Order: sequence, then structure tokens, then C-alpha cells
Amino acid sequence: MTADPIVQLLAQGVQMLLVLLIAPLVIGVVRRVKARLTRRQGAPLLQGYRDLAKLLRKESVLAENASWLFRSAPVLVFALTWVAAALVPTFASGLMFNWAADVVALVALLGAARALLALAGMDVGTSFGGIGSSREMMIATLAEPAMMLIVLALAIAAGTTRLAGVADFFIAEPLAVRVSLALALVALVIVALAENARIPVDNPVTHLELTMVHEAMVLEYSGRHLALIEAASMMKLTLYLSLLVCLFFPFGMAPASASVGGWLIGLAAWSAKLLAGAVVLGVWEISIAKMRVFRLPDFLGVAFVFAFIAILLSYLARGGLE
Amino acid sequence: MYALSVALGALSAAAILATLVRGAALALVYPVTALAALLVVAVDLHALLSGTEVSATFALGLPTIGLHMRLDALSAFFGIVVNGGVVAAAVYGMGLDRAKELSHRVEPLFPAFAAAMNLVLLADDAYGFLFSWELMSLASWALVVARHLDPEVRKAGHVYLLMAAGGTMALLFAFGGLAGPAGGYAFDTMRALSPEPLVGALVLAAALVGCGSKGGLFPLHAWLPLAHPAAPSHVSALMSGVMTKVAIYGFVRIAFDLLGPPAWWWALPPIALGAVTAVIGLLYAVLDRDLKRVLAYSTIENVGLIFVALGLALAFRANGFAQAAAVAMTAALLHALNHSWFKSLLFLGAGAVLHATGRRDLDGLGGLIRRMPRTALFFLVGALSISALPPLNGFVSEWLLFQSVLAGPSLPQASLRFAVPAIGAMLALAAALAAACFVRVYGTAFLGRPRSTEAAQAHDVPLVQQIAMGGLALLCVLGGLLGAPLSEGIGALVHGYTGGALPGMGAGPTPLSLVAFDEARSVYDAPVIALFVAVASITALLIVRRLSERRTRRGPAWDCGFPDPSPGTQYTASSFAQPLRRVYGTVAFSARETLAMPPPGDPRPARLDVTIVDHAWQVLYVAPGRALLRLAERLNALQFLTIRRYLVLMFSALVILLSLIAVTA
Repeated sequence: MTADPIVQLLAQGVQMLLVLLIAPLVIGVVRRVKARLTRRQGAPLLQGYRDLAKLLRKESVLAENASWLFRSAPVLVFALTWVAAALVPTFASGLMFNWAADVVALVALLGAARALLALAGMDVGTSFGGIGSSREMMIATLAEPAMMLIVLALAIAAGTTRLAGVADFFIAEPLAVRVSLALALVALVIVALAENARIPVDNPVTHLELTMVHEAMVLEYSGRHLALIEAASMMKLTLYLSLLVCLFFPFGMAPASASVGGWLIGLAAWSAKLLAGAVVLGVWEISIAKMRVFRLPDFLGVAFVFAFIAILLSYLARGGLE
Repeated sequence: MYALSVALGALSAAAILATLVRGAALALVYPVTALAALLVVAVDLHALLSGTEVSATFALGLPTIGLHMRLDALSAFFGIVVNGGVVAAAVYGMGLDRAKELSHRVEPLFPAFAAAMNLVLLADDAYGFLFSWELMSLASWALVVARHLDPEVRKAGHVYLLMAAGGTMALLFAFGGLAGPAGGYAFDTMRALSPEPLVGALVLAAALVGCGSKGGLFPLHAWLPLAHPAAPSHVSALMSGVMTKVAIYGFVRIAFDLLGPPAWWWALPPIALGAVTAVIGLLYAVLDRDLKRVLAYSTIENVGLIFVALGLALAFRANGFAQAAAVAMTAALLHALNHSWFKSLLFLGAGAVLHATGRRDLDGLGGLIRRMPRTALFFLVGALSISALPPLNGFVSEWLLFQSVLAGPSLPQASLRFAVPAIGAMLALAAALAAACFVRVYGTAFLGRPRSTEAAQAHDVPLVQQIAMGGLALLCVLGGLLGAPLSEGIGALVHGYTGGALPGMGAGPTPLSLVAFDEARSVYDAPVIALFVAVASITALLIVRRLSERRTRRGPAWDCGFPDPSPGTQYTASSFAQPLRRVYGTVAFSARETLAMPPPGDPRPARLDVTIVDHAWQVLYVAPGRALLRLAERLNALQFLTIRRYLVLMFSALVILLSLIAVTA
């Protein structure tokens, strides 16, 4: 905790706003990169904002039998994702809200959003909603154990599960390439791909039933409800990119003791890293095909094994194998 | 103690009343039970918070020992757990239609069951403990077989009775080991003795078998998914939500109180068995299609989680990591409390569904959120709580459990240190499976379109039952926000058994934040997060209000342009579980799907057959049973010997025994 609470509160508010505002741009960059690499013009970078505005302007069509759960899920999913995004240190560590929860709680918040969305997918009672929900929950059961092991590896290294603490630890540490952390990074990338329904786990651009996980769940949504859900999934991508850069590439991030000037530097660094991450994601997505749903255990199994090896290696590093 | 005696007396009176009286006076049974249990909760709460201990000796029980009763912090805590569930179940019972239900078979035993569980908690010697334990088993068994005309129920009762008897036998051995050579069967003499590590390990193993079988620890869980669903729903709630906690109490009492200082390797069996139980229980739950059986399997999972936490507490305590032990212990106790709330709530909700539709099969339900709005809301709270999702109460204990796992890498023993990541991964898998399981249950039972006429014409249950469920739902919400004061409240109790304590309520950034070790390491601040989520929701709503067309039109479901009017095309519980079955079931249960597709032009319908093998049941129950039968048939020949041969048998037995004495003496 540095300056007076007012500045802190403002900084926290700025962070929440930033995450919300930059998320559509990140998606825009990913789409643009994919389009250019497949020799298409692609939509403008700001298409994400236009999509959201368009959805907000349209009326919502609800199925006749949609219940209150269906109507309230988008808002709750959005809010939970937004709060989770506020927990991840972006341009500065040690912001006001960063202490309120650790990685375990962060994962659980996203889990709550996922469960609500899966329930909403089952609400109208179509086979598409069901297929999406069922697969989404199955993928979650594969991703969460790997995530837990990643958290454990980080906790062994940094001695804390608070993200700000882990970030501070990595800012302070000299950039020695630690093999175990590199493995944890690969594992986290795989988990992030699965959590965000990106290729090779799910294809975010199709409406073909064979590739639908996330899209199938939200098939019945329209108008402002869909806008909220889309915004939430955009934010989730930004959140995971921020998580990756905050844990593994924290240089430029303002430490907990920084002033407003430090924050500005951190802001620039964070935006740059985020966009770089988006470019990498775009390149990755066009270089690989989507996997069949039942090959996912192998793909996420890789993350699981890598995270496990990361833990064993960190034991080795501490000389604790006897 | 005085108030306790009054309350227990009231429970017994209710039982006697129910057996003797017929007709209108029976309506008093549930109110009297509820009031008595409420009184016990008050007494226990006072005892827990003030730290008073009361004990009394009665001239009953074993000669020269008498019957010892004692109320200490541990008993008081579990008393709150038990009687909270009893209150909810009894209030729910008031709303039962007494003409329709088998009330004359249930009402006499319901208070007796509640009283027996209370007696287990109060018993302060082995005899009293085992006597009340058996009373509890028998009362619940009689409640299970209330609908004895159904062969399924009879089978469930049979398996339950056998396993309960075996469990009690194991506990008898455990107490025998604790009593030592002098045979001191009062608990305070056991406390004074600390057995050698090997004897202690045997005692712990016996306790694990005895209490584990009552709680549903793998592989002794087989009776639980049969018996719990077979009972009337409010009794199922008691059995799953509460009686399993009595089993936990027994284990804590023996392992942490009577056994003395633990050896570190004692921790391995509970941790390993608990983790396996958690995952296996949920895999069963995810694949099962019967609403109440799914809930029973999920109970198995939660008992597994509690055993993992207790095992971790043992491991930390043996190594002198007082604070980590305290975190694990707090996680175990809070999870016991939380589970008693949401599992009772879910079983009462299942009872409401059963009452309203007459069906328990998930694939015959659907759309109940529109027909039974209140039950649906309360069930949703329970389902989200049990999935360990913030900011509800299931997550508080889950978070503490994960924190204690995260402290594991500092343990000195390599085997424990390597177990910890595996345990962490299994717990995370269990948490994710729990979410999948309850999304599936809720999605198929309450959401979507009704799959049967009964579901389409369901009506919500009477107000009294809604109050019972609503109260529990409220507790789930409050317990989620007030994790810090709750762990503060059991702080003294945890300190007594681990020597450590959580930092307490002033340690975090805000008064209500939960801190496991210290602020720098990990914080979970439920109220702040809940507040932020609320603020974020309102902000989102305001933004959408400002920016959007607020018009909403109702239309037919989109379904990619091919909406099908038949509810049969929905995803069912079976189809929801199919990906999970393919990923996990093939490994755990050798699940196989065979698809018979007739060639074009053939009018036969296509068939999909799914085979699932319950290996645990096959290997551990069916095979020994067969072996025993074969052995019995072999030994049958001994029935038809001549008298000379019998004499030879007796003589040789005598010689063998005498020579044994000669060798050992």
C-alpha cells in the first residue's frame, strides 16, 4: 500500500476500466493477425467495439421458456469475470484490490462464471446448449488439475499465492531462466488456450456444431445479453494474457512502491506486452488445426505433466529429493 | 448439561410418544424434535464459545466403570453440525403429507436417530460410544427400510446392516488397542496412555475402517449410495448431511484426542484414501442418473475431502508445523459444517422434487425452475455451494484445504512431499468434477423443458418445507461470507488439537478477510469479493441500461434454425455425462459404448449400449462373497462326521492350543 487510499482507489478503478476497454482491441488484434496471415484483409482493429455496440443496440430475443436464470446469467458472468480481472496485477502490482484474493480464488471466480454460463446453456432446453455445457465442464475438469499444479509450482518458487506477491517476487528476481518456471509457463499457456476456447481446443469463429463448445452454450443469446457474454469472454482472454505476462514477463511492471510515474511506465509496458501476446496467439491459431474433442485429454495432459515436472524440478532446486 | 439432558429427554419422549400414540398426537413429533435440537444447538454453541466442559457419570453401562458423558469443545462443535441438520430435517418433516407418507414407520425412529447421534457425541467411554453408535446405526437402518416392500430397499438395508456391523467391530478393536493391557475403557484413561507407534497405527487403521465405513470412505462406501437414497428424503438429508459427520467426529476423537502424538506415516492412509474417495465418488456421481443417488455419491466425495484435510493435519502435526496443521484442521471442521448445510439442503430439495413429480430419475425431469421457483432457487444455492464456488460457503473450506496443500512442499518427508502435488491435482479434479456434476444435475432437473408429464405438472412444496430449505440456503450464503468469524469461533478447539492457530480476524486487510498463514502469503476476502461482484453487476446493468435498446421479445428457441418441438431432443443427464464418461470412465470403470447401426433400409432402431463395470464392487465385495460361499460349501462336509472324528478334531485343537501356549510363554 503506497499513497493515500484515494489514489489507490483511482488506480484500481483505472485498472478495471482499462481491462474492460482494452479487451475488444486484443481480440481485434488476434483476428487481424489471423486474417493477414491467411491473405485476407480482415476486419478493422476496432471491430470488437463495433460488435459490442451493435449487439447493445439490437433487441434481445428470448426463447419462450427461458427462465430468470437465463436472463441474469450474463450480468453475473460479466461481473465475476470483471472482478477476476481486477485481481490480476496488470500495470502495477500492489494495487488496492490485489490483496483480496489469491490465485486459488481467482480460478474459482472464473469457475463460478463458467458454471453459471453452462447452466444458462442448459436453460432453454436445446441440444446445442447441452452439448456446449457438457463439453465445457469436461474441459474444465481437465484444465483445473493442471492449473492447480501450476499454482503449486509458483507457490513453491515465490512462497505466496497472491498474484501481486508472485509478481513482486519475479520483478525482484534476476531474470535467470529457470527451467521449472519455463515448464510452468508452457503449462499455463495450454490451460489458457483451453479456458479461452481457442484453437486447438475450440474454434472461436465457427458456428458448426462439430467445433462448438463455448459458442454452443451462448447460441440462444442475443442483443444486450450476448453483448455482456461476449465482453466477458473478451475480458477473460485479456485476463489470461495479463496473468501470463504478470507471472513470467513482469519487467516494466510498477512494483508495489511505485509512484504515478512508475505506473505510467507500467501501463505502456503492459499494453505492449498484451498486444505482443495477441499477435503470438494469432500466429499460433493459424499454425495449428483444431483437435477433436476427445483428443483434448492428451493436449491438456501435456500441461498437467509439464506442471508436475515443474514442481519436481523446483524440489530439486531446493535440494529436497532425499 | 442440564439443558442437554432436557433436550435429549425431549427427543426420547418424542420417540416414545411416537411409538405409543396413534393419530393426531403424532403431528407433535417433528415440532418437538426441532425444538429439542434447537435447544441442543444453543447449549453447544454456548459451550463452544465459552470453552466450558461438562461431564457426568451415570450408573449405567459397564459394571465398575459406569457410563461417562462429557461435553467438550469437539463434541459441542459436532453437536452444532448434527443438530442444525436435525432442525432443518424436522422442520421439513412438518410439511410432509402424513396420510401419504409412511409416517408411522418413520416418526417413532426419527427422534431416536437424532438422540442416538447426540449420544455418540457425548459418550466419554468406549462402551457408551459403541452403544450409541450401534443405536444410531440401527435407528437409521430402520428408517432406511421404512419402505420395505421394495426389493431394492431391502437389498440396501441388508448391505447397510452388514457394513454397519463390520464397522462397529473395527471400532471395537480400535478401542481395545487404545485401552491398553490394563483395559481402561474410559476416554480419560485412554488419553493418558499413548500406545507404541505400531499399536497406534493399528488403532488408526481400525478407526479408519470403522469411521470410514460409516462415512463412506472408499472402498467401504458401497452401502452408502444404496442406503441413503432409499430412506425418506428428510432422513436421507440426516444420513448424508449429518450421520457422516458423526463418523468424522469419531475419527477426529480417536486420531487427534485419544491416540496421543502421531507418527508422520500415519497420515498417509487417510490422505491417500481420502483423495481416491473424493475423485471416485464424483466419477460415480457424474455417471449416475438417479437424483438422490447422485447426492449420495457426492457425499462420499465430501467425506473424502474431509479425510484428506484430517490426514494433512496429522502430517503437519507430527512434524511440528502447528500452523499448517491448524489450517488443515480448520478446513476439515468447516467443511464438515458446510457440507452438513448444503447436503441437507440438496437432499431436502431432492425430496421436494420427488414429492412434486414422483420421480427421481434425472432423465424424466426438467423445467422445474418454472414450476417450483422457490425450491429451484434454494437448490441452486446448494448446488453452487457444493461445487465450491465463491462467494458461497463450500469455497471457504475448499480454499483453506488448498492452502494447507500449498504448505505441503515444506514437509520433511519425501513421500509426503511427493504426495502433496498429486493430492492437490486430485482435489482440483474433484472440484471441477463437482461443478460438472451439479451443473448436470441442476441443468437436467430444473432447467430445459420438462421430459415427462409429471415434471410438466409439478407444484412447489408446502411453505414449511420451503422455510427449511430457505434457512439452509441462507446459512450457505452467510457461511460463505463469514468464513473468518467461523474459523475464529473454532480457533480454540483447533488449537487444542494442533497447537497452532490461524492468524485470526485482525490479520487481514479487512476485519472479515480470511487469512491462512499470513497476509503476505494468501488472503481470501469473501465479503469484499462479494461486494465487488455486486457493484460490478450493478455497474454492468447500468451501462447496459444506458447504451442498449431495452426491448425484449419472446420467440421460439433458435437452436441453429432447427428447433425441435419434442423435449426428447434435449441433452439428458446421460448425454451430458458422455464426454466425462469417455474421458474418465474408460479408465475408472472400463466404460464401453457399443453402437448398433442397422444398414439403410433396415427398419430396426439403432441401439447404443453402455457398459460400466464397478471394479471396487466386483473385486472387494462380490469376489470375497463368492470365496466365502465356496469355503462354506467345502466346510459343509464337517457337519456329517462320526463322533470319533469329532473327538479327534477337538483333541487335536486342544493339543495345538497347548503347544502354542508352551511356545509363546
